[in-house]
Amino acid sequence: MEPIVELRGITKRFPGIIANDNIDLTLEKGEVLALLGENGAGKSTLMSVLFGFYHPDAGEIFVRGKKVDISNPNIAYDLGIGMVHQHFKLIENFTVTENIILGDEPRNWMMVDMKVARERVRELSETYNLNVDPDAKIESISVGMQQRVEILKVLYRDAEIIILDEPTAVLTPQEIEELMGILRNFVKEGKSVIMITHKLKEIMAIADRVSVLRQGKMVGTLKVSETSEEELAELMVGRKVSFEIDKEPAKPGEVALEIEDLWVKDARQLDAVRGLNLSIREGEILGLAGIDGNGQRELVEALTGLRDIDRGRVKLFGTEYQQIRSEERTDLGIGHIPEDRQKRGLILDFKLFENMLLEKYESEPYSKNGILQFPAIREKAQELVEVFDVRSGEGIDSFVRTMSGGNQQKAIVGREIDLSPRLMIASQPTRGLDVGAIEYIHSRLVELRDQGTAVLLVSFELDEIFNLSDRIAVIYQGRIVGIRNPHDTDEMELGLLMSGSKEIKDEEIIQE
Amino acid sequence: MKKSFKNNQLVLSLVAVLASFLVAILVMMLTGLNPLHFFVALIRTFSGYDVLRGNFNPRYIGEFLQTSLPLILTGLSIGFAFRTGMFNIGAEGQVIMGSLGAVCVGILFDLPIFIHLPLAVLTAALFGALWAAIPGILKAKFGVHEVVVTIMLNYTALYLSAYVLKLLPGSDNQKTVDIASTALLRSDFLRSITSNSRLHWGFIVVILSILVFRFIIDKTTFGYELRAVGFNPSASEYAGIKVNSRIVYAMIISGAFAGLAGAMLSLGTFDYGRVMFHFENYGFDGISVALLGGNTGLGILLSGLLFGILKSSQTMMQSLGIPLEIVNIVSGLIILFVAMQYGIQALLSRFSKGKEREDGSV
Repeated sequence: MEPIVELRGITKRFPGIIANDNIDLTLEKGEVLALLGENGAGKSTLMSVLFGFYHPDAGEIFVRGKKVDISNPNIAYDLGIGMVHQHFKLIENFTVTENIILGDEPRNWMMVDMKVARERVRELSETYNLNVDPDAKIESISVGMQQRVEILKVLYRDAEIIILDEPTAVLTPQEIEELMGILRNFVKEGKSVIMITHKLKEIMAIADRVSVLRQGKMVGTLKVSETSEEELAELMVGRKVSFEIDKEPAKPGEVALEIEDLWVKDARQLDAVRGLNLSIREGEILGLAGIDGNGQRELVEALTGLRDIDRGRVKLFGTEYQQIRSEERTDLGIGHIPEDRQKRGLILDFKLFENMLLEKYESEPYSKNGILQFPAIREKAQELVEVFDVRSGEGIDSFVRTMSGGNQQKAIVGREIDLSPRLMIASQPTRGLDVGAIEYIHSRLVELRDQGTAVLLVSFELDEIFNLSDRIAVIYQGRIVGIRNPHDTDEMELGLLMSGSKEIKDEEIIQE
Repeated sequence: MKKSFKNNQLVLSLVAVLASFLVAILVMMLTGLNPLHFFVALIRTFSGYDVLRGNFNPRYIGEFLQTSLPLILTGLSIGFAFRTGMFNIGAEGQVIMGSLGAVCVGILFDLPIFIHLPLAVLTAALFGALWAAIPGILKAKFGVHEVVVTIMLNYTALYLSAYVLKLLPGSDNQKTVDIASTALLRSDFLRSITSNSRLHWGFIVVILSILVFRFIIDKTTFGYELRAVGFNPSASEYAGIKVNSRIVYAMIISGAFAGLAGAMLSLGTFDYGRVMFHFENYGFDGISVALLGGNTGLGILLSGLLFGILKSSQTMMQSLGIPLEIVNIVSGLIILFVAMQYGIQALLSRFSKGKEREDGSV
C-alpha cells in the first residue's frame, strides 16, 4: 500500500544552521508514527514544513501519492493534515464550541449557526470518546480537556493525518492514558498520526514505528516492536544514556525548612496554598508532585520572597520568618531554579556574563563603591561557564536570548549552585530540556544533596520525581495530601493522590 | 542576530534618516518644489557655508548647536527612562518646571556668578527631578501607568509655571524681568566667534550630562539594576533588586536631564522667563531624539544634533521657498522608519549572507 504521506529529501536551512538535512519520512495509513529527537534536532521544523509554516529549501512532499506544494497551513488543512500544537492556541473566555469553529464557522445567512456547530462538536466528541462539554468555557476546564479541544479543532476540519507536538508534556498519568486511548480510536477510524516526542515510554506504549532525528539528520526508522528504550535513547543522543541516577541513599541531617499551616494567595487574591505543612531535611531531596495549578507556584514564590505569605509559620534553619524578602534570599542560603527560566531566571537581553552575577553584582570583588568591576565579573562568569559546561556561540559575550534552552538552564543551575545554598528550591528544573541536559542537571542536584543541601524539587514529571526524590510529597489544592517513599509507591497511586481522588486521613498528612 | 547590535543600531538609524530624506525629496518633487533648496538650507545650517553664494557665516553653526542643546538633554531624559522600561512622556512638563526653577533662582537671588549660575542650573535639574518623581512614585506605589500621569502633569506644569512666573516681581503677561547676568549661561566669547549667535556655555552641561548618562548606565551597579529592571522586571525581582525604588530613581534622573534642558532655554537661549500657554514640544522631540539615538549616550548626541539642524534650518528653508512643514515631515518620517526597524532589519538580513545566527527550532 502506498504511504499516505511521504517526505523526500527535505532540507531546511536557517541562517547558520541546517535544521533539516535531506530527510526522508513516510507515514502509512492507519499507523502511529513517533518522531523522536532531542530539542533542536529538527522535529518541529520538519513538521512545520509538512504543515505549511515553512517552505523547505529542497525536497518534495507527497500526500496520497500526489506531489504537493504546501505553502501555508490552509493548504495543509485542505489536504487533511491537522496539527495539535504543544502550546495551546485557545481563547480563554470563549466556549469550547466557539474555539473549535473559529475560522471555519457554519453559517446561517450572516450569522454563525451555533446550533449546528454545537451538534457537530458533540457528535465528534462522542465518536472519539473525548468527553468534552461543548458549552464549557476554556478557562474553566482542565489542561487535559483543553488539549482535547485542540484535538477536536483538528477533527472538526476533517483531518485524516494528525500531527501532535509533544502532546503529553502537560498531562497527568491518567490523562496520558486517556490520550493513548484516543489515539487508538483514531487508528481504528483509519486516521494516521505523527507524534513528536522525546518520551521513550510513550513511544513504546502507543507507536507502531519510530523515526529518530539527531542534529537535523534522520538517523533511523525502527519498528517499535523490534526495539527498546535503551536503543532509542542511544540513537537519539548518539551515545549510551543512563536512566537511573546512581545515587547513594540519602543521609538526612537537621531540619532545614519547616512549614506549618502556610497560606498564600495567588495573583487573583484567591487562596492558592491552603494550610500546607511540610518539612525538608538537609541532605535530602524532597520531590513535590502535583498537577500544574495546585499551589506549587505560589508555595515556591512565597519561599523565595516573590510573593507575600498570608499567614502561617516558615522556619528556616531554626529561625522563624514572617516574610521572606527576595533581596534577602541569597543571604538566607536559598538557591532557586525558577520554573520559568526566561521570565524569572534570566535577562535575555543581557549578555551571558551579566546574567551569571545576577545576585552577586553588589558584592566585592564584582563591584566596588557602586562601580561594576568588569574584569572580576567576566573572570567569574568564565569560570562558571567552564565548570558547568554552558555552551554558547560567543562565550560569555553571547546574548542569552541566542542560547539554547538547555544551556540557558545550565547557566541558571550553575549560578545557583555557585551560591552554595543550604536550601535549593528547584522548580521544574528540566522542563523542555533534552535527555543530555536533563541527565546533567539531575546529577548536579544529587551532588548538591550529597554535600548536605536540602533540595525541594517541584516537578510535573513523575519520572523526574521518582528518579531524584528521597521522599515524595503530593500537593493537591494547596495542601499536602500524602507523603510517600519512592520505593513504596507507584505512578498510579501518585496519580490518584494528585487528582484528589484518594482520601487521606489527617494523621497521614502530618507524619513524615 | 545580536552579534553586531551596536553597529546594527547605527545602520538602522542611518537607513531611517536616508529613507526619510528620500521620501521628502519625493514629496517636494510632487509638490513642485526644488529639493536642492532643501539641501542648500541644511548644508548652510550645519556648516555655515552657503552653496549658492559661496560665502561662510559661522552664526549658523552656533545657532544650530544651541538649538540642539535642549534636544540632546530631553533625548537623554527619555532615553534614560526607556532603558529602565519607563516611557517618560512628561519630559515636556519637566523642561517647563526646570526652566521655572532656573528663572526663579536667577531673578530672586543676588549672588556671585560662581555660586549663582551653578545654583540656577542645579535648581533646574532638581525641579525637573521632583516633577518626574511624582509619576515614578505613583507607579511604584499604586501601579498607575506613568504615561497617563506624565501627560497630565505636562498641563499642570505649563499652567503652574505661567502662574508662578507672573507672580515674580516685575513680570508682565508675556515675560518676567531679565534674569541676573550672574545666573546666565551667556558667553560673549562664544558669541564673538560665531558672529553673534546665541551659543552659550550650556554645551558644557550637555557634555557632562552625556558622560554622566553613560557612566550611570554602563558602569555602576545602579545602572545595571536599572537596565535589568528595564529588560525584565520579573527576573530583577527574582535577583533581589528592589524594582519599585529603581523605578522612582530612574524617573528622578530622567527628570533631572529634562530639567537641565529647561535651564538651557531660560538661562541660555533666552535671558528671561517666558509666560507660556502652549507647549514647545521639547519633550516630544526628545522622544524622537532618543528613539533615533537608540537610547545610548553617543547615539542621542548625534541624533540630537541632527534634529537640531532640522529645527534650526526652518527659517532658512522658508526664505528659499521650502515650507517649514517639510522639516516636520522629515522628522515624522525618521521616527516612522525607526519604528519600522524590525521590518528594515528583516530586509537587511535578507541581503547579508547567513552570517547571523538564528535558532533553528520552532
